[in-house]
Amino acid sequence: MERIISTFEELSTCCKKYNKQIWELAQEREAEQAEISINEFRAIVKKSLDAMKEAIKNGLNCKEMSISGMCGDDCYKLQERYKKQHALFGSAFERITTYALSTIEENLRMGKIVACPTAGSCAIVPSVLVGFSDELNIDEKSQINALITAGEVGRIISNKVALAGAVAGCQAECGVASAMSAAALTQLRGGKIEEILNAMALAMKNLLGLTCDPVCGLVEIPCVKRNPFLAIHAVTASELALAGITSKIPPDEVIDALEQTGKLMSPTLKESSQAGLAKTKTAIELEKKLLK
Amino acid sequence: MKQSSIIDIISPIMVGPSSSHTAGAVRLGLLARNVYNATPKKVTFKLYNSYALTGKGHGTDKGLLAGLLGLSVDDTRIKDIFNLDIAKNFEYKFEYLEDFNRHPNAVDFIIEGEQNMKISGDSIGAGEVVIRKINDFSVKFTGKYNTLLLVYKDVPNMIARVTNSIHVNIASLHCDRYAKGEEASMCVCLDGEINEKVIDFLGLIENVYMIRYIKKLDN
Repeated sequence: MERIISTFEELSTCCKKYNKQIWELAQEREAEQAEISINEFRAIVKKSLDAMKEAIKNGLNCKEMSISGMCGDDCYKLQERYKKQHALFGSAFERITTYALSTIEENLRMGKIVACPTAGSCAIVPSVLVGFSDELNIDEKSQINALITAGEVGRIISNKVALAGAVAGCQAECGVASAMSAAALTQLRGGKIEEILNAMALAMKNLLGLTCDPVCGLVEIPCVKRNPFLAIHAVTASELALAGITSKIPPDEVIDALEQTGKLMSPTLKESSQAGLAKTKTAIELEKKLLK
Repeated sequence: MKQSSIIDIISPIMVGPSSSHTAGAVRLGLLARNVYNATPKKVTFKLYNSYALTGKGHGTDKGLLAGLLGLSVDDTRIKDIFNLDIAKNFEYKFEYLEDFNRHPNAVDFIIEGEQNMKISGDSIGAGEVVIRKINDFSVKFTGKYNTLLLVYKDVPNMIARVTNSIHVNIASLHCDRYAKGEEASMCVCLDGEINEKVIDFLGLIENVYMIRYIKKLDN
């Protein structure tokens, strides 16, 4: 079996050649490289999945603010709203958006989360994966399979682009998290390999150019709200892909565009808080207050 | 092309809010703890650039101290570290500096105690860290590999004597010296593990002043 898979095309070809799912291929390779059994590898993945679920649970019952005092009670507000008035798009939408806020708010109050792929984008994969699984009672085995696929998507992207706001902007953090989630969700819903990769490409394509301009340099504004937004973004991509709608630009070329856009993006918009939202009048005032 | 693992993408399990500013800080603290290898009397943490500017809001100060005290990146006590009894084992203070010759997320641990030591490192993104300097020696290790660290007199055959005694694959080897014939340092990152007997043996080699075996950090 091919030990190195660096592109989505190689992944797709390999899946066809061996008649295997993405997660099957990935777990065999990972176990082999780490010199552990497939079950041991899956146990590591399960540990991350369990930590994601714990973060969701902890965040749902908490409205403690962050050290800066700027964020921390949005999940509470959203839950209160849904108690009075259900979301337009139904209960799955409610779950995904509340799970996303609960996780990202756990992060900012120094709670335990899974950096998947990063801390600032930690709520997107769990909210989509666990939210959908809770809604439809998906078994744990399938959830682990989906998380492996999400990880494989992130891994292939990270071969080309470092998943860090400082290197390529938020497109490489929340953007990639959304693409990973779209792939995971499409797999959970029975999508074929081509549909899974198309969902990934569609989600990624629509987030190219997303900057990283955090107010006061903290993982709070706009990161907190961006997580639920991009979780729902992943669902849109999955729906389109499952309808057989394809990305006219193939997955690998979308990632090439991600890489190029990251390089061309001004350093002032890559986690340095020197432009964009971070240098708005209100952001500067917040910064002054915080430094006092 | 360098291949990463899925595990890198779906981990670490950590306390928030930032992989570079919180988890990275803890990991730097843990590595500094392993290098110093004794209980300090007093520690000064010098935080540079972005670590100085946004460190407080990210709990970087808490992370550095927690790591130096041996807490792992997912320990929920990090948040309250300043109030914990274990944080009363030694005196500490934080200094916030600007120096654009240093990495955006750089830190110095100035450790005073039975011996004084200065350990410098950077948090290079996504929770990955590098220790760059110990006292005046440039070193390079990340906590991703078990690492053997030696300080010795710069005399012929030292590298061969050390590498001949280690029967595991070497992932990287980094040497530096103060001047010819003076103190030198060797940083050997290993794919496997070496046992204490080997370390004891290496410590007996003439002209070896200091030896540390720094275990790789948990993912």
